[in-house]
Amino acid sequence: MRIARSRGARLGALATVAVMALSACGGGSIDEQTTANEEKAAEGGGECGDLNMAVNPWVGYEASAYVVGAVAEKELGCTVNYKELKEDVSWQGFGTGEVDVVIEDWGHPDLEKKFFADQGDGTAEDFGPQGNVGIIGWFVPPWLAEEHPDILDWKNLNKYASEFETSESGGKGQFLGADPSYVQFDEAIVSNLDLDFKVVFSGSEAASIEAFRKAEENKEWVIGYWYEPQYFNAEVAMQRVSLPPYEDGCQDDPQTVACDYPETELKKIVGTDWAASDSTAVDLVKNFTWTNEDQNVVAGYIAADKMSPEDAAAKWIEENQDKVDAWLG
Amino acid sequence: MSATTSTAPTPKPVEPGAAPPVEEHTRVSRWIPAAVILAVWVVAWYFTNGNDTLALPGTSRTGLHDRLTEFQNDLLAGRATNPVMQFTNAIADALRSAVEWLQRMVVLPNFPRPVPEIGWLGVVAIATYVGLVVANWRIALLVAASFLSFGVLGYWQDSLDLLIITGISVVLAVVIGIPLAVLIGTSARANQVVTPFLDFMQTMPTFVYLLPIVLFFGIGPSAAVVSTLIYALPPLIRIAGFGIREVSATTIEATDSAGQTYWQRLLKVQIPMARKTIIVGLNQTTLAALSMATLAAFVNGPGLGKPVLDGLRINDVGTAFVPGALIVVMAVMLDRTTTAASERAERVARGGGGDPRVRRGLIIGGGAATLVAVYLSRTYVGLAEFPTYSIGDTIATAVSDGVDWFTDTFGGATGWVKDLVTNQFLNRTQALLADSPWWLAFVAIAALAFVFGGLRALVSTAVCLAGIWYFDLWHDAMITLNMTLVATVLVMILALVFGVWMARDRRVDLGIRPLLDAGQTIPPFVYLIPVLALFGPSRFTAIVAGIVYAAPAAIKLVADGVKAVSPTTIEAGRSTGQTTWQEITKVQLPMAKGSLVLATNQGLLYVLSMTVIGGLVGAGALGYDVVYGFARSEAWGKGLAAGITIVLLGVMLDRITRAASDVRRDDGPGSRRPFNIRLPIGPPGA
Repeated sequence: MRIARSRGARLGALATVAVMALSACGGGSIDEQTTANEEKAAEGGGECGDLNMAVNPWVGYEASAYVVGAVAEKELGCTVNYKELKEDVSWQGFGTGEVDVVIEDWGHPDLEKKFFADQGDGTAEDFGPQGNVGIIGWFVPPWLAEEHPDILDWKNLNKYASEFETSESGGKGQFLGADPSYVQFDEAIVSNLDLDFKVVFSGSEAASIEAFRKAEENKEWVIGYWYEPQYFNAEVAMQRVSLPPYEDGCQDDPQTVACDYPETELKKIVGTDWAASDSTAVDLVKNFTWTNEDQNVVAGYIAADKMSPEDAAAKWIEENQDKVDAWLG
Repeated sequence: MSATTSTAPTPKPVEPGAAPPVEEHTRVSRWIPAAVILAVWVVAWYFTNGNDTLALPGTSRTGLHDRLTEFQNDLLAGRATNPVMQFTNAIADALRSAVEWLQRMVVLPNFPRPVPEIGWLGVVAIATYVGLVVANWRIALLVAASFLSFGVLGYWQDSLDLLIITGISVVLAVVIGIPLAVLIGTSARANQVVTPFLDFMQTMPTFVYLLPIVLFFGIGPSAAVVSTLIYALPPLIRIAGFGIREVSATTIEATDSAGQTYWQRLLKVQIPMARKTIIVGLNQTTLAALSMATLAAFVNGPGLGKPVLDGLRINDVGTAFVPGALIVVMAVMLDRTTTAASERAERVARGGGGDPRVRRGLIIGGGAATLVAVYLSRTYVGLAEFPTYSIGDTIATAVSDGVDWFTDTFGGATGWVKDLVTNQFLNRTQALLADSPWWLAFVAIAALAFVFGGLRALVSTAVCLAGIWYFDLWHDAMITLNMTLVATVLVMILALVFGVWMARDRRVDLGIRPLLDAGQTIPPFVYLIPVLALFGPSRFTAIVAGIVYAAPAAIKLVADGVKAVSPTTIEAGRSTGQTTWQEITKVQLPMAKGSLVLATNQGLLYVLSMTVIGGLVGAGALGYDVVYGFARSEAWGKGLAAGITIVLLGVMLDRITRAASDVRRDDGPGSRRPFNIRLPIGPPGA
């Protein structure tokens, strides 16, 4: 009995001290704030309501999403719900009202067929370009472009093919294919241009970035599918290899592709029901556009400076109030 | 803790020395026909390699795959009118409101309050109190420390979210699982019907069913609960069913003779006697639920998986490490608490459990203190919102720097190891498996299965291979099979070295075991980046990831098996003056043969379960196909086909190893089993 009590007492004392230390004696009454909140609610808040913003899994997207979200929250009083989802899942969510906005779409003909009004169920609609231009292509690390400038023309690739050989490429040069989320025709391009390469899929953006980073550091031979805007390009300025130029229709049949990727105007896609609603955020999303440089700045805050997306967005908004004002109309 | 092992002389099915001498004889001779088959295969390969390999480029699909995709598209097109979906959507709404209600109680501001109903101090107090009541004061301290670490490291909300999702999933698993466990525990036929479904649920990669789950249950908490439930349910059904089935026949006969009804027998005899096993099942289900945390985050499921994926997105291992480590902390907390709770319940049932007056005082006193804490946390903001500390960020930075230093220093050496293993080992075996015409590989694998496992293994293997052929991914399946086999060989080498070492030296065991537990529990996404930095995107990288995940289970099984070898046998050997080497190779390993086979079986299945992770680090093959199907819905059918192919490979490998060792079943609770997250698949009846 005695032992139990003294142990209990000691634990109690310890707990009290710990609590005091942890709470850092932060005072303030919850009741006061509750009353304040109730009064605010009674005044009638914003007319924005909830904004369900899909966050697709790459940093550039995150930058766009959080900047628009922060403006909606701060200026329009919206409650922004960020939902971390892959593209296909996001599009499925328009119909159920779980997703309102996809802020950066790189072109998904198959999804447009399913969800746009002319062929699909009409739950999603195109809300115009968001200003970023997507550049997809074949890239090499900068050291390689510098030491062998002629590598930037596809016609010279075969000359160097053996340098790109790895344990994975079965005697040919290795071409690093990308995260499967992206549209890729590299297997067809390699075979149709008679290149002595084998496509090895990195499988994820993280894997591609690690490969390029290592290649630049150790002067290794790497060539792969890459794109811009992308925060990593600020760290390692990947250089593009020119393929036969893109012409309309040259990528229509996936089997016969032998040309470069087109420049893609990135679009905003929104849920039809939400677009028709009277939420004040509709106009904000409609007006939002910015440039690749803008996005790379915010993406750099997140990825290189390790800021939280909220802080990164707030910082950019503070520095660029004029651009933000233009969106608010 | 050591009480667990000593008070529980568990019915270990693979008892060392159980094999009759005849078995020993056939085992040796099996290698001769196997070598002959291999030789014939190599000769046939020499003349035919490169033909009929059924290779399919990474982004190509076949008609079958498109038909499977069409199935998903039809479901999607009819989602407004599909009555099943309306029903599942109603369930999803209920799940969502349950999660949200709990979140508003403990983590999210419950408007108009600026904070949740119960602040952090109240939550910590309640959790500690629960630990005290169900177990003892040591566990209470562990629980308090764990909860505080969630907050101090900066992941209070994500941690509680994960606990909420895990809690709801486990409650549902019990509601659904216990009746099914009773069913398979009391009826052999039901067992045969249910088991393949359980195999399927445990081996089917989650990425394959995430899209349909979103279709039926929406995005967010509901999808997280359902996907967690699918993966976490089988261990409970299997283990609880096993426990009920194993209740001694004499006891049942004795009580039957007293004229009891079916329900009396079930509720008064079978379930009480199987209680300990059922709790082990519950423990396994809880840990399996935790291991789904990161995957649920792919459909916006709340929890610690989200910050792990955030770290992956910015390629920062430190950012992913801290929440990953907290998942381990949570797993240890839940594991130790449920284990201690069951031990306590056992003692109380036997009339132990200490002085009731002391306990009553403790419960009343603790309860009062908890109430005070809850009241305080409802009154003061500082006790409601967890204060922010920078220690989490400091740890993250330190880990990132440490990993950077490590990869910079050893990057060259690892590249050399990768090339050596790949060129000398992996590429050669892959040439044989994947570059053979499909019919040659088919016949050769089936023949090997027959040699090692007899007719039963031959039939299973032929069925599985035919299925793999049907789903149009033969070439990818062979590449994945090859990686799985190579990784398992490496796992078994590690298991033998470390397992024997741990068995022979108690201090080594104590030192290594926590690391093994952590290796099994930490989400693989956390170590993807360092592994990639060391080895680049390649099949070998996937193999390394598979080894990190699979080796702990195999090492523990080998260690426990070797340790279980009777000391008298070893003493007898020592008295004849044998060396340590002789003792290991002539006595300990042969007598632990059952455990070695079980470890191989587990190693294969654990490695195979990492196939999809391998697809994310450049291994290609089936793992890439699954990721591709998840990422682009027009290829969903290909992902599904790849998922089914992985299941078929798993069943095939499981049946062959099982038949080879004549293992009757191994789904029972072995010694120290509580921390083996993944359980072997397979039919318990034989």
